[in-house]
Amino acid sequence: MNLAYRDIRHNLGRFLLTCVGLGLLLGVVLAMIGIYRGLVVDALTIARAPGVDLWVVEANTRGPFAEASRIPGDLREAVARIAGVASAGSITYQTVESEHRGGKLRLYVIGYEPTRPGGPPEITEGRGIARSHYELVADRSTGLTLGDRIQLGRSTFSVVGLTRYQVNSGGDPAIYITLPDAQKLQFDLAPPAARVQLARGTSGSSRDTVNTVVARLQPNASPDAVAETVRRWKHLAAITQQAQELILTRSLVDRARRQIGLFTSLLLAVSAVIIALIIYTMTMEKLRQIATLKLIGAPDRTIVGMIVQQALALGFIGFGIGAMLIVSIKDYFPRRVVLEPDNVLALGFVVFAVCLAASGLGVRAALRIDPASALGG
Amino acid sequence: MTTLADPLVRLDRISKHFGEGETRVDALRAVSLEVHPGEVVALLGPSGSGKTTLLNVIGCILDPSSGSMELDGELVLKDGAWLRRDLKRLRLDKIGFIFQFHNLIPFLDATDNVALVLQLAGADATTAHERAIGLLKYLEVDHRRQAMPAKLSGGEAQRVAIARALANKPRIILADEPTAALDSKRAAIVMDLLRRVAVEQQAAIIAVTHDEKIFDRFDRIFSLRDGWLESETNSLQTA
Repeated sequence: MNLAYRDIRHNLGRFLLTCVGLGLLLGVVLAMIGIYRGLVVDALTIARAPGVDLWVVEANTRGPFAEASRIPGDLREAVARIAGVASAGSITYQTVESEHRGGKLRLYVIGYEPTRPGGPPEITEGRGIARSHYELVADRSTGLTLGDRIQLGRSTFSVVGLTRYQVNSGGDPAIYITLPDAQKLQFDLAPPAARVQLARGTSGSSRDTVNTVVARLQPNASPDAVAETVRRWKHLAAITQQAQELILTRSLVDRARRQIGLFTSLLLAVSAVIIALIIYTMTMEKLRQIATLKLIGAPDRTIVGMIVQQALALGFIGFGIGAMLIVSIKDYFPRRVVLEPDNVLALGFVVFAVCLAASGLGVRAALRIDPASALGG
Repeated sequence: MTTLADPLVRLDRISKHFGEGETRVDALRAVSLEVHPGEVVALLGPSGSGKTTLLNVIGCILDPSSGSMELDGELVLKDGAWLRRDLKRLRLDKIGFIFQFHNLIPFLDATDNVALVLQLAGADATTAHERAIGLLKYLEVDHRRQAMPAKLSGGEAQRVAIARALANKPRIILADEPTAALDSKRAAIVMDLLRRVAVEQQAAIIAVTHDEKIFDRFDRIFSLRDGWLESETNSLQTA
């Protein structure tokens, strides 16, 4: 006779309600873990998108994401000629705001050369950029659809392709346009301002400036060795992909990451205390029954089994509810919520451990109760 | 094993004190008594006289300070020390308990409340269930076999509690105010049941009670005062 199951069945409504409450709490913990993971993944997405091994940026900077970097666009040819480099491409990054369907749209604009590294990792709908001007590939989270037209600077662009999960570390969705269009968007002045600059005699400066040159290396080439070669040019810095990802996670999103991480830890601690209290209270409510069981000769393992099984059932049902809830609503969050199976399993293990520890308090109280307390009024 | 003449419960100079020095309270002082098969006896006395302490010692849930005790022919306590380590098993096998407020497990129905004790003693589920129903029939409450304790009347619940106490065929039944929560009519029915159990199963029933309306239902009444066994009377004398 399974006493834990019988007790749960007898108070099913209350038990399920407790499970739902716990599930909501664990759902919030899972959401925070997902937001934490999403922040890190988002920060790395743009850096991983080109699929390159080396980032060449302005000397003494850790660009192009952590610090500003401006280098001449024609450096791409020089980088491409270095021994060990298979291909290279110039990229610009900038954030713009545009109007779309009556609302403001904040976009992370990536300018790249369509035949070289730096473009979107995959096109989920439509096609890549085929013309040299006024076409763009947009992340789905922009809300843009194929064929949409959008004003960027002084030009109108057509959406020809869609990609997904391409956002910057701030969560702004990315769009990809050609490098010349991006440079025009970044450097072309409005006519009155252009006239002022012309009058000052400064209009002749080149606008062939990019934020970084990325390079894919040949299979046998060492990124560190090639980076060292680039650094020897003195006026450039070279960052390997691994170092770039480290900069992004340790520097760019570090505070936000730590903030969310700390909050998640606090939430987990609060959840642990609440689980412990629920299980302890459930046990305390049954002390007289437990005393009766002990008095009539029930072995300790029967009583311990009842408490531990109930604690685990509560934890796992609550965890299941929380996980189902978050999995079903995570795509509605404004920023990405990334729930990897190992994160979910890890929390499941934590819940298991907390339930066991919490049931330990209940078990202690149950084993200490005097069977004689079942007698009397 | 005991013969018909042997007592089922034999206490020899059982004492129990709590605290030491100025705070010492003697709850039991050299109490000796015997209860035989088929007997229904009462422990009587004012509050604090030691009757519940005595019931707890006989029920093997309280360690006495000194004295010896035999239960069903087995010496289980000698000079204040238990001779058996598995007192839970001893209780499960030899002693049935009946409580003032029946203490049925609220999440088990009447049958399972009885079957639980059998399963704890090692019976399989089917055997336990069948014997539980048999006991409920014996106590004329089988029509409520599937009722949860909260749905039982006081008398029905006490009969289910008696069935539970009888489940493992114990020869010693300890009852703590078994009729206190019942009206006169139901109290009489419960006492008749206990009498029937004592006679038919040759069990010894020891009840703590204050309920004067059932004094005449006991074979003997042991009166306690300040831990002393003050007197032993038969019910006719008391009535």
